[in-house]
Amino acid sequence: MALPDRMAYLTVAMHRFANPARFQRIATAILPWSAGLTVLLLAAGLYLGLVASPADYQQGDTVRIMYIHVPSAWMALFIYANMALASAVGFVWRHPLADLFCRAVAPVGAGFTAVCLITGSLWGEPMWGTWWVWDARLTSVLILFFLYLGYIALVNAFDDPVRGLKAGAILVLVGVVNLPIIKFSVDWWNTLHQPASVSRLGRPALDPAMLTPLMVMAAAFMAYFVTLALLRTRAELLNRRIQVLQMARGAS
Amino acid sequence: MSDFLAMGGYAVYVWSAYAIAALVLVVLLAMSLGALKRREAALRLLEAAREARPRGEPTGSGSAPVPESSR
Repeated sequence: MALPDRMAYLTVAMHRFANPARFQRIATAILPWSAGLTVLLLAAGLYLGLVASPADYQQGDTVRIMYIHVPSAWMALFIYANMALASAVGFVWRHPLADLFCRAVAPVGAGFTAVCLITGSLWGEPMWGTWWVWDARLTSVLILFFLYLGYIALVNAFDDPVRGLKAGAILVLVGVVNLPIIKFSVDWWNTLHQPASVSRLGRPALDPAMLTPLMVMAAAFMAYFVTLALLRTRAELLNRRIQVLQMARGAS
Repeated sequence: MSDFLAMGGYAVYVWSAYAIAALVLVVLLAMSLGALKRREAALRLLEAAREARPRGEPTGSGSAPVPESSR
């Protein structure tokens, strides 16, 4: 009986956490901080990345594209992983906020993936001599972008919003297979894209003068994501309430 | 200053990368805030209409009554 008991306890805890009124309270408390942090970190990151950091001895000033390209790639993966986690939670515990969160953040993930692809292209042209190659890293990130777009289209393709969210959750979970492919593509295959140089074991591959602006920009993007996730999840909650009221009106 | 803008000859690449990133982030923020405001307004209307209607009264007349405050 121990396992069912524990499951019941977890379910209760989840539902308490998922209580929309509680979410609204937590969101209201966090929002001014995350918004303020976004502005501060962006200002600091832009100054460090564009002014205070040196040009690369090989890549010249194009290395400054890294300060938005790499953090947006991290966010693209992080947001998808969040959506996958939320989808799993939505299936297992029927967490009422999970699917709404998923739908709320998908456009943000798609936006970061687009930024990653476009800035990569703008970096590739001067450094590799080409805007695009069909190597494993670039192609798998392009697939991530289509997964985001597919999710958004699928969720909106159903008359019953709940069924749309369930179908979307399945797509997100199936697409998780793409995340390790993106991560390890530069090790598994010979790619034009360089392997990771931030977290190489042993020695830090990236000079602190470049690592600092990179990390500050990454933190800025994270704060931006938290802010938008809260705003958009709140909008999804309002939307669900509108749907319920409209259905009640139609039925009466 | 012009040195800074020139970006060592890579101005086109560096500045367009930053401009596109800024554009995407700003558009996403504006869309999110816009949707939030629209839904808050729609919900106010719906809830006001529900309050204004006594329980059990049929809604056959078509449009729901809207109080002055939310017009």
